Amino acid sequence: MDIPLIGITVLWIFLYGYLIVASIDFGAGFFAFHGKMTKQDHIINDLISRYLSPVWEVTNVFFVFFFVGIVGFFPKTAYYYGTALLIPGSVALILLVIRGSFYAFGNYGSKDNRVYLFLYGATGLLIPAALSTTLTISEGGFLEERDGTIVFLAKELFTSTYSWSVVFLAIVSVLFISASFLTYYADRANDQNALSLLRKYALLWAPPTIVASLLVFIGLKGHNLRHFNNAMDIWYMFGLSLFFFLAATWLIYKGKKYGIAFIFVMLQFFFAFFGYGASHLPYILDPYITIYSGVTNETMGITLIIVFIAGLLLLIPSLILLLRLFLFDADYVKGKK
Amino acid sequence: MAELDSVLLSRMLTTLTLAFHIIFATIGVGVPIMISIAEFIGIKKNDEHYLLLARRWARGFVVTVAVGVVTGTVIGLQLALLWPSFMELAGQVISLPLFMETFAFFFEAIFLGIYLYTWDRFKKPIYHWLISLPVVIGSSLSAFFITTVNAFMNTPQGFSVEDGILVGIDPLAAMFNPATPSKVFHVLSSSFMTCAFILAAISAFVLLKGRGTDYHKKALKLTLISAFIFSFFTALAGDLSAKFLAEYQPEKLAAAEWHFETEEGADLIFFGTLNEEGEIENEIRFPKLLSFLAFNDFDAEVIGLDQIPDDEEPPLIVHYLFDVMVMIGMYGLGISLLGLVLMKFKPKFLYNKVVLWLIVASGPLAMIGIEAGWFYAEIGRQPWILRGFMKVAEGATTSTHLPIIFGLFLVLYLILGVICVVVLRKIFRNNPAEAELERRFK
Repeated sequence: MDIPLIGITVLWIFLYGYLIVASIDFGAGFFAFHGKMTKQDHIINDLISRYLSPVWEVTNVFFVFFFVGIVGFFPKTAYYYGTALLIPGSVALILLVIRGSFYAFGNYGSKDNRVYLFLYGATGLLIPAALSTTLTISEGGFLEERDGTIVFLAKELFTSTYSWSVVFLAIVSVLFISASFLTYYADRANDQNALSLLRKYALLWAPPTIVASLLVFIGLKGHNLRHFNNAMDIWYMFGLSLFFFLAATWLIYKGKKYGIAFIFVMLQFFFAFFGYGASHLPYILDPYITIYSGVTNETMGITLIIVFIAGLLLLIPSLILLLRLFLFDADYVKGKK
Repeated sequence: MAELDSVLLSRMLTTLTLAFHIIFATIGVGVPIMISIAEFIGIKKNDEHYLLLARRWARGFVVTVAVGVVTGTVIGLQLALLWPSFMELAGQVISLPLFMETFAFFFEAIFLGIYLYTWDRFKKPIYHWLISLPVVIGSSLSAFFITTVNAFMNTPQGFSVEDGILVGIDPLAAMFNPATPSKVFHVLSSSFMTCAFILAAISAFVLLKGRGTDYHKKALKLTLISAFIFSFFTALAGDLSAKFLAEYQPEKLAAAEWHFETEEGADLIFFGTLNEEGEIENEIRFPKLLSFLAFNDFDAEVIGLDQIPDDEEPPLIVHYLFDVMVMIGMYGLGISLLGLVLMKFKPKFLYNKVVLWLIVASGPLAMIGIEAGWFYAEIGRQPWILRGFMKVAEGATTSTHLPIIFGLFLVLYLILGVICVVVLRKIFRNNPAEAELERRFK
């Protein structure tokens, strides 16, 4: 494998990691707020907070890792995306700031403050929407080079059906991933009330997820035929994704093996996400940057890969410790510790 | 003009974000070590006052960490959003420390989560204390890596330019550039020092208000001793930084010292103003001291601004920032030394109103010192963004949407700052230490 390919694979893995952990986090924030509004907070909010409290900061790092990494491996992206994305990027940043701070304010300071919970819950759906536009832009057609500077075509983005189908997919996926994880978590906590509510949410958000995925495919065909055709070449990736989706939903519907069901949900998104990523290659930003034209110099590429491996050796044991203490520790999950 | 505006606005927005972030970043670097020290003493002495100190500091800390994390994320992305050309160029050399900083941050984030939620989960308390170590290491390493990036911007090395293309890149040489040692030393020691003073100020304030107990007295002593040690190292780091500047960035030192003519036996100038002819008035002059500070030799030659091309001269305003920073550093060293002397010889007098007020002042002052120091360091390298290679104006975005973005972030930080203070007050106000001690340990 060559350096650009390793680089983009590493980054894609981290983006996938962020997709999963952030979806759980974003969705949980929304469910917590929704629970409060519909007076069901006594059922699920303790459970949610028990999961989120020790891990919210880690979630954020996945995101930082991705954008630091992409500038590191592909410095040219900084120029193109940086110039063009000032407005959408800043909006996403402001939402992230609001969400992170008000989580802490609400959770450690003023518990039961509705405004804090609202800001935390609402941003949970707006952030995925804002971030997903970056993926849309990477398909091309929303940036233009004029007089040596990069112009972002906001109007095109806002009126594109493809763009809206991606936003729609991002939001419903967040709710689906989050609900299926929390169902599993409630099951482990042996909390029947929370389980039955969250299971309903998971089943509720399953059909829109698959509908949205189809819409994105149709939209992609209209927007970027090259990418669509590449995707068709690896149709089995998407087939596997669909298979795992059906299996996961069936398990949740039958009310058994929630852990396996959640792993299936992760696999569903794994195949969809990597299928999408692989068919996008070699472009990072169609048609301006490919992983070969935008890659950093070789020395830096190799150094980054070495550091990445060393970093993983440090992180993986730490993450396992974190999971063992808070996710796989039955007493903690049940609220006894 | 449009281009000039976007450069200025990019600078203003970066300044705004960094000035806000640095408050929380400093707390993020300095407070973990204080928490760790308090818990260690608590376990060793089997003294629940210290254990409670660690817990309460940690509880306030987590709120500030949240704001620090999110504003750190902002500046990380703003680098690319506001300075795309700079990142495209420098990104090829500085990705390594940026990448490693994320790992350090990751490490810290994982163990901070564990630390905060495992207070009573281990049979032996020392196991819990051990978890504080990765937090301290992670936060200090983050500071280290990110400071090397800033150091690189001041003294770039580890690459060469051929026809506008960077070649011969050596990531380690770029990281360990001449500015790195003194900068890292100064950043770490001053963060530790500032946090020790802030925590000392809180204890002193409670004692002043008459709500103080043995718990607060112990807190005051612990923080003052730490503050003295850290102040000493900060002063040492400051001296090393001046020597570094004299050798590698003479224009920054010269601007800070209003040292216009290159000469041997240069005077150190304290305070003062510039009149309209650009002459110094109302100053306090220490003969030959600048030469000594710069080279440990009263007669050494110090390069003045006359040797620097006019369009590469930093703004002279940095002199005031330099003075503020140094004065506050001296004040901190003095006040913590006074505290130590009183503790040893006149323990009662430590709780005298005047002394307590002086300590209360040290907290906010130290944070002002941090801000002044960073403003000095950053404005002092104008007009360069990458000293010797790229000027600020060449690195900035060309977007025309900056005014609204600047406004949005300004409002955001104002609201966050206010709510953060409100929330922190609320956490501690209605939950005095003694009551919590009663509840938790008795």
